[in-house]
Amino acid sequence: MSQKLAAPTTTSATDPAKPPRSGPRATIARGGLPPFQHFLDAYREDVWRFLVSSAGPEDAKDCFQETFIAALRAYPRLRADSNLKAWVLTIAHRKALDVHRRRAKGALPVAEITEASGGEGSSPAEARDETLWGAVHELPARQRSAILLRYVADLPHRDIATAIGCSEEAARRSLHEGLNKLRKVIA
Amino acid sequence: MSKKIEQLLRQGAPHIQAAGDEAVAAARRVSERAAAEGFADISYAPVDSPFGTLHAATTKRGLVRIAFPEESVESVLERLAQSLSPRIVQAPASLDLLKRELEEYFAGRRHEFGIPLDWSLTGPFGRRVLEMTAAIPYGGHLSYAEVAAEAGSPRGARAAGNALGSNPIPIVIPCHRVLRSGGVLGGYGGGVDRKRWLLELEGAL
Repeated sequence: MSQKLAAPTTTSATDPAKPPRSGPRATIARGGLPPFQHFLDAYREDVWRFLVSSAGPEDAKDCFQETFIAALRAYPRLRADSNLKAWVLTIAHRKALDVHRRRAKGALPVAEITEASGGEGSSPAEARDETLWGAVHELPARQRSAILLRYVADLPHRDIATAIGCSEEAARRSLHEGLNKLRKVIA
Repeated sequence: MSKKIEQLLRQGAPHIQAAGDEAVAAARRVSERAAAEGFADISYAPVDSPFGTLHAATTKRGLVRIAFPEESVESVLERLAQSLSPRIVQAPASLDLLKRELEEYFAGRRHEFGIPLDWSLTGPFGRRVLEMTAAIPYGGHLSYAEVAAEAGSPRGARAAGNALGSNPIPIVIPCHRVLRSGGVLGGYGGGVDRKRWLLELEGAL
């Protein structure tokens, strides 16, 4: 329970013309936070897809619970104009990171990421998916997170930077480097 | 090739076919757990009734709101989020007792509700009026002026009428038992037809 709450408010000191508002699907009440259930309904699929892609289908279940329970506990302290999508994906990103760290320490069996596909009779498309996602999981943590937040969760660069705790330029670089490695594997 | 990789990545890891359904199930578990373990401040659920689907909301203290079918659930919840707490989840199990009591009431087998109430949405005067109203026995009725007098109101029947009109927990707090003097039905937040229907159910008309 250590996520920093204030993180993704994304105050745009650099661009006052475009105040950061909550994600496109959040139904914000006049001046207040939406009821938590509406927030959960709006982002459950982004978070689920991100967590399955990052932590694998089994660990995703626990991560999903931990992510939204942590979000619920912190929820009333959020500013009403917070970027809710970036905020919840920041929490999800940290939960997924915990799973990867535990695996790296050998406390958990090696990722079950590839076990569902693969096997003898897999088609070329399945083999390609397996190679690609195997390579995604071999990436350094920051590159992997940047790629998943960008393509699976569809976050803009600015919010990726907030989620992984770096500058926007560093986020772009991580994304670029990660993609380059994947291209070598897939091409 | 680069575009191709980006496209593949967008589809997510190979197991997230049916991601929508799994996300819905996972989200439901979050809501249920949040209610059961006390992380949520307000739980709500749809409740069947002869009037159509009501929505009921409860806090840890008790029932706080019943909304008629024509009220927008979205705006009911948004107002609860603003006036009480945004930690609101849909968790039907929290309202099982209310469902049972309402079912018995609508079947004519229950004459009093036993569930605890949360008065947070009501001011002090409104609360006195609604407490007087809650004390009117099944099958009985009072006039607005009588309720106002009982509530010790110098403001009279009109103020009592306003308090009853903004009753956040209709049916359970039986504001339908307050009539205009002379036995005229008067208004009702849920519509006069429903007021008449409830009074007939209770044998008061």
